[in-house]
Amino acid sequence: MLGAFKAKDGSWTTENIRLLVHSPYIDAFKTSIEVSTVTALIGGLVGLGIAYAAIREGTPRWVRSAFTTFSGVAANFGGIPLAFAFIATLGSIGIVTTFLREHLGINIYEHGFNLFSQTGVEIVYLYFQLPLMILVIAPAIDGLRQEWREAASNLGASSWQFWRYVGLPVLMPSILGAVILLFGNAFAAYATAYGLTSGAVNLVPIVIGAYYSGNVLDNPHIAQALAFGMFVVLAVMMLLYIPLNRRAARWAK
Amino acid sequence: MRLRRGPALSSYFWLGVGALYFIVPLFATFLFSLNKNSTGKCCTLDSYSWVIHNGDFWHTLRVSLLLAVETIVISLLLFVPTIYWVHLKVPRLRPVIAFLALIPFVVPPIIMVVGLLKVYKGTPDWFYAKPWGFLAAAYVILAFPYTFFSLDAGFRAIDVHTLTEASQSLGASWPTTLLKVILPNIRAAALSAAFLTLAVVLGEFTIANLAAFHTFPIFLQYVNETQAYPAAALTLMSFGLTWLAMLSLLLVGRKRGGSRGVVGGAR
Repeated sequence: MLGAFKAKDGSWTTENIRLLVHSPYIDAFKTSIEVSTVTALIGGLVGLGIAYAAIREGTPRWVRSAFTTFSGVAANFGGIPLAFAFIATLGSIGIVTTFLREHLGINIYEHGFNLFSQTGVEIVYLYFQLPLMILVIAPAIDGLRQEWREAASNLGASSWQFWRYVGLPVLMPSILGAVILLFGNAFAAYATAYGLTSGAVNLVPIVIGAYYSGNVLDNPHIAQALAFGMFVVLAVMMLLYIPLNRRAARWAK
Repeated sequence: MRLRRGPALSSYFWLGVGALYFIVPLFATFLFSLNKNSTGKCCTLDSYSWVIHNGDFWHTLRVSLLLAVETIVISLLLFVPTIYWVHLKVPRLRPVIAFLALIPFVVPPIIMVVGLLKVYKGTPDWFYAKPWGFLAAAYVILAFPYTFFSLDAGFRAIDVHTLTEASQSLGASWPTTLLKVILPNIRAAALSAAFLTLAVVLGEFTIANLAAFHTFPIFLQYVNETQAYPAAALTLMSFGLTWLAMLSLLLVGRKRGGSRGVVGGAR
């Protein structure tokens, strides 16, 4: 980490850090933060919906175990194979792309869709963001006790009132904590984006990677400064996460 | 507010969205892998036979599997006695170690490899230039949270003090206590740590790529760039390996209420 504060000749400097807030490096941070925020929010929202639907009373037990088991596997299914699975699905000769073109007459690539772009990276990241959300939020949803619903119902609360005054306030720390976790998860990802675009999308990890594959940068300390910048962002996330996690533990059984 | 009995309509919607999103890419990859290389049309198993007859496939898979075994052995040798000791003698240190186990979240592989390449620069060749040295060291660090949380749960589930005292008062030495009394009792936890580590090592791309080692995920990426249809077959096989590791984990966990599935691995 100290390397981030050194110049090429070995003397101490803050020049590398100063460079971070200027183009092109600040753009990489912007793109990274954008991708992480988008996938964390969408992943969090949809993941919450799926988790709640799978867990709530009335849904058969096997559906729930199928979803949690699959999430356990899918959350660990990242990197190169994941990138390729999406290339085979939505790439220019992917199965879904071809199907849409030949059978429905829609060429998504002519309508501005491109898998090998920022949007594409976001779509692919959601494949591990959703299962992670389901895994992380499931225990919290379990903690929403049936008695609370019944009590609210007996007191004449509508479904909306239950969620507004009981359900969401109880779940909120867990949801925020999970979204932060998702943010960090996407922010740190390298292999998936690399496998998908071979470095065409300007994310911070990709820029760091490009240095070590031996091109682009001539100052090794820039890569270290970039790594330091990532570390700062993730450390801030962690500082936000710990108190939320503690708060969420209050309602744990 | 009415409490329903059957599944709600919105549930069908969410579960449908989830199932589609999870299944479509896998199914598409499967269809893709059946396409013929020359025509791009269905159906042939050529891609699979291409993979099976590829020397690099077996070579890199072997490297990755051996690496996984090495990482598991080193991790368990290091951390089983350590965590045992912490639980037995210095429980005050437990939160400190739990905090250390969160560090790989703040320092993900892409940052870690930058640091490691710098720190290990100048170490002897047998360490720096060989996967068995550099990569194994990196993977032990990478797998530490999984090892720790699994083992910690295992140790918490047993009565370390009583077991140790019983063993000692019967005249057993420390190594005997550890091997014959403690180890069998945390077998499930050690196994789940091992399976998680296996999944992590088999999928790890970032560190191997930046440090220029040829492991299984690197081979996978190489095929992705050069051979579209075999790459699909290989992707499915890789997914199968992850499934196998995670399902074994679940089976082990169910038997003894050990640790639940944890997340992470190859991003």
